[in-house]
Amino acid sequence: MEDVYIIGAGIHPFGRTDGRSGRDQGVFAVRQAMADAGIEWTDVGCAYGGSAAAGSADIMVNELGLTGLPFINVANGCATGGSALASARNAIAAGEFDIALAVGFDKHPRGAFNAKPREYGLPEWYGQTGMMLTTQFFALKIQRYMQLYGISRETLGRVAEKAFRNGVHADHAWRRSPVDLETILNSPMVNDPLTKYMFCAPAEGAVALILASGKKVRELGADAVKIASVAVRTRPPGSFEVFAPSVDIDNGGKPTVLASKAAFEQAGIGPEDISVAQLQDTESGAEIMHMAENGFCKDGDQEQWLREGRTEITGKLPVNTDGGCLACGEPIGASGLRQVYENTVQLRGRGGGRQVPGKPKAAYSHVYGAPGLSGVCILER
Amino acid sequence: MAEVLTPIAENLWTNEAEPALIGGRLPSGKIVFPYPSGDAAEGVEPYRLSRKGTLWSWTRQDFQPKEPYEGPEPFQPYLLGYVELPGEVIVETRIVDCVLEDLKLGMPMEFVVAPFDATRSTYAFRPEKA
Repeated sequence: MEDVYIIGAGIHPFGRTDGRSGRDQGVFAVRQAMADAGIEWTDVGCAYGGSAAAGSADIMVNELGLTGLPFINVANGCATGGSALASARNAIAAGEFDIALAVGFDKHPRGAFNAKPREYGLPEWYGQTGMMLTTQFFALKIQRYMQLYGISRETLGRVAEKAFRNGVHADHAWRRSPVDLETILNSPMVNDPLTKYMFCAPAEGAVALILASGKKVRELGADAVKIASVAVRTRPPGSFEVFAPSVDIDNGGKPTVLASKAAFEQAGIGPEDISVAQLQDTESGAEIMHMAENGFCKDGDQEQWLREGRTEITGKLPVNTDGGCLACGEPIGASGLRQVYENTVQLRGRGGGRQVPGKPKAAYSHVYGAPGLSGVCILER
Repeated sequence: MAEVLTPIAENLWTNEAEPALIGGRLPSGKIVFPYPSGDAAEGVEPYRLSRKGTLWSWTRQDFQPKEPYEGPEPFQPYLLGYVELPGEVIVETRIVDCVLEDLKLGMPMEFVVAPFDATRSTYAFRPEKA
């Protein structure tokens, strides 16, 4: 397969933008990505994109131009961005196009998501009795993990503290002021052990990436980063996922472990080669568990890692350098591509106050979502 | 004596003196909960689940959920979690008759039918009485 590169990255600030639709935020990000790549809309051969709650992406051609390009709508929940990226890369790798667009955007109402049982093939009583909440799943997963591997509440707090500290330096972040550990630990409890500041909130935002073939990179003299691998995987048997009235007694399988292994194998490198990582942090506990699920540490080592600051921007493995979902919020369709955007910024050395020192060479991103799927992308400079 | 409460759903637990949850046994022998509906029920035998198990995980719901939640007003935080029924399946459940601080990984739990609101009951587990 031919190598594929990212040559342009654009982002619409995350958070709340009243008066601008999710799709218009997407168009904003596409224009920024094209300007960054030094190309015009007429240069784009094909496009993949979508949102979870803000409509179809292909209507963007009204604003961007009626060039006749194939524009594929992607609707893959939390992996919408990751699936768009994988498809755009494959279109170029297959040799059909030289330039492709991957775009994700969203705009969610305030507050926790309220899912309908029927849409998930679940009985009504499951929702009526108050057991069908995404926040509960995250609390239940980390609660058990903390007991099994000795993770403290303070470590949960440290993850959030780092996120808000990093978000200060990210122009696109939503929360841009630091919050101290005590405030995080003492903020209202949402679902024990997770407090309000340990959870990300549904939000708005958009990300666009322009992908190109090696030939095009040379032609344009682009500031390119190589896509070493992309892998999207759904859940194996026995995994513990959101909206599960029961769990298999033979449990332990995880979609993240599958996606991570596939991505490392495809890239031909291992966790020790990664210089910066963006890991799904729907809440503090998710980042902790995902450090192990993605192969960066053993279960339980996170306690020491966080205490020693190993995942800080200046640490051995900086994690969520733009503040992740905790500081940026989670517009589902855009969230996975934000991680890839941030890694592109880091590998190009354009991170400013949040730049990882020492010219990072390999960057890892991991998105996770309902009903049990994971997308991993490794970029190389 | 209070009026008899109506179960929140039919066939969720057995109607007997010592009721138990109704799961399903797949042709492979695997136990699932709840008993599946529609085409997914084909070849699945109803299976009376154990009334005793151990605590697998837990949390407390501290904010009022949006609909479809139908709990009583004003909102009261409630406990929920997963209980592992040995050799069968791990079920998600309300947890009653205790406070958050009582809960420990692996503690013995027992099945109980508990009031949900003024007119309806639901299933729950509680720490096993010594």
